[in-house]
Amino acid sequence: MSLKNLNKSFGDVIAVENLNLDIPHGEFFSMLGPSGSGKTTVLRIIAGFETATDGQVILEGSDVTELAPFDRDVNTVFQDYALFPHMTIQQNVEYGLRARKIPKIERAKLASEAIESVKLTHLADRSPHQLSGGQRQRIALARALVLRPKVLLLDEPLGALDKQLREEMQVELKRIQREAGITFIFVTHDQEEAMRMSDRIAVFNAGKIEQIGAPREVYESPSSAFVASFLGVSNLISGASAKSLFGSEEMFNIRPERIKLSDEKSQLASGEHGVIATITDVAYTGANTLYVLESESGLRLIATRLNEELPGQDIRLESGDRVLASFRKEHVAKIPNHK
Amino acid sequence: MSAIQKAPQRPVSTYLHKRPNVRLIALLALPMTWLIGVYIISLALLLVTALWFIDPFTSKVIPGFTLDNFINIFTVPAYFSTAVRTLAIALAVTLVCILFAIPLGIFMAKIARPWVRNLLAVAITLPLWAGYLVKLLAMRLTFTEQGLFNWLMEPFGITGPGFGVPVTVLTLAYLWFPYMALPVFTAIRQLPHNLFDASADLGAKGWPTVFRMVLPLITPAIIAGSVFTFSLSLGDYLAAKFVGGSTQMIGSIIASNINLNPPVAAAFSMVPIAFVVMYLVIARRTGSLERM
Repeated sequence: MSLKNLNKSFGDVIAVENLNLDIPHGEFFSMLGPSGSGKTTVLRIIAGFETATDGQVILEGSDVTELAPFDRDVNTVFQDYALFPHMTIQQNVEYGLRARKIPKIERAKLASEAIESVKLTHLADRSPHQLSGGQRQRIALARALVLRPKVLLLDEPLGALDKQLREEMQVELKRIQREAGITFIFVTHDQEEAMRMSDRIAVFNAGKIEQIGAPREVYESPSSAFVASFLGVSNLISGASAKSLFGSEEMFNIRPERIKLSDEKSQLASGEHGVIATITDVAYTGANTLYVLESESGLRLIATRLNEELPGQDIRLESGDRVLASFRKEHVAKIPNHK
Repeated sequence: MSAIQKAPQRPVSTYLHKRPNVRLIALLALPMTWLIGVYIISLALLLVTALWFIDPFTSKVIPGFTLDNFINIFTVPAYFSTAVRTLAIALAVTLVCILFAIPLGIFMAKIARPWVRNLLAVAITLPLWAGYLVKLLAMRLTFTEQGLFNWLMEPFGITGPGFGVPVTVLTLAYLWFPYMALPVFTAIRQLPHNLFDASADLGAKGWPTVFRMVLPLITPAIIAGSVFTFSLSLGDYLAAKFVGGSTQMIGSIIASNINLNPPVAAAFSMVPIAFVVMYLVIARRTGSLERM
């Protein structure tokens, strides 16, 4: 599945600008970005709900740009599920099979199998409003997968679920994707979700892709300040601070978990950068403790430390303490696309 | 320590506050007077009158008890065919209204820009502001022999249907269309846009989407609208009189008997009521009323 020079504008507003993308068969591909970054528009163009202003959508070698949604071998799982409220679960799952004129007996069999694959056989005769959010989500998935699409599009499918259920569904989605062997294109604004599930992530910003790569790649070597700050917490260092630390005024990033805090009198090991800073804020978040630091030259850093010990039994660091914040040279990522 | 002062006295409010039944009576006094005093009693009188008969020589109404007036509806061929014709006309009007209202509703609710939608909403309700006779006259002028329809269609060699049942159906559909179009539009507007996307996404084209998704979901609105289009058509007789040619409807029989033979007119008045009740019972059977 690929997109070639895709453009979409609504009046004067450019939603998608000159987008190129290649997604190999069977990949779990995420489109990550803030709302309004164009990721959902791209998804809707692939599905056929929106027409591209310019460019092509190519699905397994054939150009489907001009085809109507019902003529494309692509199915969608909608954010609010879009189940038909007047139909039972079984009828919902059969809807697409019926549109394809598949005989009744086979239709019922295929639908039952699909409902079974999401483990909701016992609810087949209920109507959608009797189901919980997570159950509706699974049915929406079954309804799309029963048609064996070449590509499954998922538009923030877990957005409406609470955290615990969302994590369960992430595992479930990944399992279903592996078993079905279908390409998944997953739209989300949740970077953790994207990292957890995806083979590759495209980070969207203002209608363009800022970076495409495996989760490790986009996290460890962000190509722009936007990518660095959108994925996880970042410490972007540029200008005078960068000059004094790294000898260059370009932009660099160091992740908070790689910053080591030690006594201000301790020595820097070889291969380390370091700066003396004052702790201005401490926040306990359960697994980690987060420290906000400020150096004399005004450089602000965020550092996190894994709480391996019970609070108090560890080295005690409090607001106002002066510390040496150090990090290894290889942990510093240079941001290439910085103007 | 401050002493508790007695609150200012409000005797009327206090009295009503303690007696919910009195409040309820005060609330319902006017509507119940109207409902029972005017509506129910007049209907009961109508039913009673239908059981009376007139003296064939003096033409005076004689109170009594006879079912002849009702039996006549079934046994006099002209009466029976008129009842059936009226039923068919009312059903046809309802069908025409549904056929027009659904595509229009889909366009207004899901496709039109806001200003077009508002314009159409005003256009649909505008006929309600014009008088009934004005609209009848407009239809009469359109379909009369030298009227607009014939003039427009002349180059194609088509002549209009002339005054008769088809033009009566069209006229009644024109009169009652707002009552169907508005609920249908509102119902379609409440359908999430995603359902249309989902239907197309699952492979259903336009027609299957309308039949399997839109139609079942807006059935309550169609029933609500059809109660108006159906019952108003059943009771109408002026349309038949002005654009129906020789078409007779139940209303025509009632109108012509109102002075001559009130018991017959009263018995005939029961026919549309019976049809509407039957209609609602059937609608209930299909389960559509529960989702209203």
